[in-house]
Order: sequence, then structure tokens, then C-alpha cells
Amino acid sequence: MATRSPALLVATRKGAFIMKADTARRGWKIGAPIMLGQIAHHLVQDPRDPRVILFSSRTGHLGPTMHRSNDRGRTWKESGRPPAFPKAAAGRKAEVLDHTFWLTPGHASEPGVWYGGSAPQGLFRSEDGGDTWDPVSGLNDHPEYSQWMGAQENGTPDGPKLHSVIVDPRDRNHLYVAMSSGGVHESLDRGATWKALVKGLDVVAGFPADKLYVHDPHCIRICPSNPDRLYQQNHCGIYRLDRPGEEWVRIGRAMPAKIGDVGFPMVVHPRNDKVCWVFPMDGSTVWPRTAIAGKPASYTTRNAGRSWQRLDKGFPARDAWWTVKRQAMCGDARDPVGLYVGTTSGEIWASRDEGANWRCIARHLPEIYALECAEL
Amino acid sequence: MRVTIPSPLLSYTQRRDVTATGGTLAEVLRDLDRQYPGIRFRMVDEQDRIRPHMRVFLDRDETRDLAARLDAARTLHIVQALSGG
Repeated sequence: MATRSPALLVATRKGAFIMKADTARRGWKIGAPIMLGQIAHHLVQDPRDPRVILFSSRTGHLGPTMHRSNDRGRTWKESGRPPAFPKAAAGRKAEVLDHTFWLTPGHASEPGVWYGGSAPQGLFRSEDGGDTWDPVSGLNDHPEYSQWMGAQENGTPDGPKLHSVIVDPRDRNHLYVAMSSGGVHESLDRGATWKALVKGLDVVAGFPADKLYVHDPHCIRICPSNPDRLYQQNHCGIYRLDRPGEEWVRIGRAMPAKIGDVGFPMVVHPRNDKVCWVFPMDGSTVWPRTAIAGKPASYTTRNAGRSWQRLDKGFPARDAWWTVKRQAMCGDARDPVGLYVGTTSGEIWASRDEGANWRCIARHLPEIYALECAEL
Repeated sequence: MRVTIPSPLLSYTQRRDVTATGGTLAEVLRDLDRQYPGIRFRMVDEQDRIRPHMRVFLDRDETRDLAARLDAARTLHIVQALSGG
């Protein structure tokens, strides 16, 4: 089998880009824009068939759609039936899909299965490699749906969304999803029924924690080396959950007080369940959501959250006011792990040594919505 | 009938002037989708509502009613606002 190059799939507000590196991950080259002007929400390579990439997009005014590449991003074909809510019966709430925000390949035993999380909140599944999509009725038509999601104003500024769709690598029927807002939910029967998993999660002071619509998980990741462990970056802190336990532990309490534990992304180590990385942002006063004090830094724990270390070598030492969105930080599976950060100011920063040293590998791109590692 | 296509949808038709058949706006849009798969959902949402920034004119008369009867002798203009930034 041919040796593949480390790559990044870059989704931006103005189109998609593919970056490729040499195997040492020193020199990076960026390709021409893909579908320039389309709003790219997520591009994900299929680990079961690495030739395949799915690409979720929309434009400012046209409806949402999905494209698939069967040749590692060289050519693209539009889905025959992209995700959409069903036509509402008379008198029922008529949902309109704004875009597919999140893509997750299905279980290794189910080639062709993909999951999509949408804005507004909905879960969709494809059984044919992303060509046609159907709603997962067990969630989208759940009788408590409106109580989980709340109203439009309960969502994020870019629209309420379902994200962090996770398939347990040991069990294709075991799913997790998270919603902003709407909390964290688990299914043991491939999406037919759901149970909330929000015990231990804080909410904004003054709101009722027993109402799911006030819960705002930002990003959840499962540890590949130990699928019983999940890490979460929440609107209200950083958490760890060890199953079969059901109570999240706020490991962000150990972060430096002047940094706090607010942020969007979460990245887990591919081989060590004690290691994860976050990218804190300013959650003070009116929530600027920028790098704290204009000094960007990632933080890592190497002991499952008992302590944290600052990783800022190479980042601007001052006057950098960008934000890293929840899908815009990722890690590869190489050793040592490569880390990548995409910014709202259109820069991509990379580390070849698990965050010890950072350098800018792309600038002048449109606002970056999502980064995913790939091998192309 | 003659249908004119706005630039954001030319990736489907490859040309600005096309033809489609049908007695109503809904039927013409379905025929367009048969010829150019995927184009309808970019213009019309899953609740059968024309998307907010799409405009449809029968000659100079605007309609947003998918049940509107169409005269094949007239031209259907599909227009899209390009506001944004």
C-alpha cells in the first residue's frame, strides 16, 4: 500500500481547502479552493475507505447540501438526497435544516454508514456512503424534543446545533450526541431511544440545571484507547466521564484561575486516555471568546485532568485576538501526535510534538470553521 | 417553458436558459430537478417553501406559490439575491 501524506481537511466560511505535508510534517502545501464561496461546515475522511471524503456545505442563500469524493478530494459528486427534515404534518412544527454541522463515519462493521448532526438540532444517518440521508426519528421525533432544544434563542449565535456524534468503536448500537443547546445524550439501540447524560455538568448561574435546554456542551471526544472514557469541553467547564459511571467530573477546576476552563474544542490522545488538549478562551464579562489577554495557548493534561500545563511556545506572545471554534482543533494519529489549530482569522497553527512547539503553516484563509486530520 | 437560471445555480445547468415542463410552478421545479438533480432543494426547503432569498417571476409577475398555474408561453425567471459579505 502506498505511503500516504499527512493532510488537513480545512472547512472555511468561503470554501474548503486541502493541505498536505511531507511525512515529517515539516513542509505544508495548500491546494486551490474547493467550491470557493460555499460555506464549508465539515469535511471528514472515511477511515474505512480512505479514498472517500464527505463534505457538508451550503451557501448564504441556497439550501444545504453534501458532496462526496471517491478519489481523496480530487473530484466531488453531490448527494442524491442530502439531510432534510421530513415534511411536517398539518399543525406540527415544520423544521427546516439550515446545514449539516457535523459528520461522523459509522462503525467499522458498517461500511457506508455515516451520521450527520444538523442545525437546528437533528440527527441523520446515511446507509449508502452519504448519497442519501434519513432522519433518525428516535431523536428528531422524540416527544421531549422541544424541551431538550428549547427555543431558537437558546442556541448558539450561529444557530443551535447537534454535534459530537460518537459511535462506540466496540458497539455500533452505542451512540453519543451533544447539542448546543440540549445536553448530552446516549443511545444503546442505534438511535431508537435516548437517555440524557448531564449529571455533574454545571450550567450558567441562575438557570435550572434540570432543564436540558440550558445545557451547552461544546465538544465531546471519546478516547480511542479506552472507549469508556470521554472528555468534554462545555460552556461551563472541562469534564471527564468514566463509564459505566454517569456523572461528569469537572477536571477544569484544576486549570489556572486566571485562565479558567471555558473554550470550544477538545482533542484526545489516540493512544493514551490520560492525555487531552483544550484551547481556552475568554469567557469573562460579555464573553469575548477570544484568546485570553490576546495570548493564545493550548493547555494539556497528562494525568486525566489532575493538573494542566500551558503550551504556548511559538504562538504570538501578545495582541492575537482570534478564536478557535469547536471543530477547528484536531490531532493526528502519528507518534508524537501532531496537533492543529484553525483560527477565526484564517490561520492554521501546527505542532509536531504534542503541543510543545507551534508554528503557523497557513495564513490569509477565510474564517476557519473546522479542521480534520487525514492521510491522502 | 423557458426558464432562466441565476448564476449560483449554473453549476447544475451549465447554462442560463433552459426549458422545463409542467402546469404549475411545483411541476416545473420538479421537472428541473429531474433534469438537474439536486437543484430543487437548493431553492425550495423540505416544507415546500421557496427559500427566503430566492425569487421567482413569471415574466414580470412574482409568485411564491408552488401551486401557481403557469402559462407555457411565458418565461419563468429564477432570481437569487446576492446580499451578504
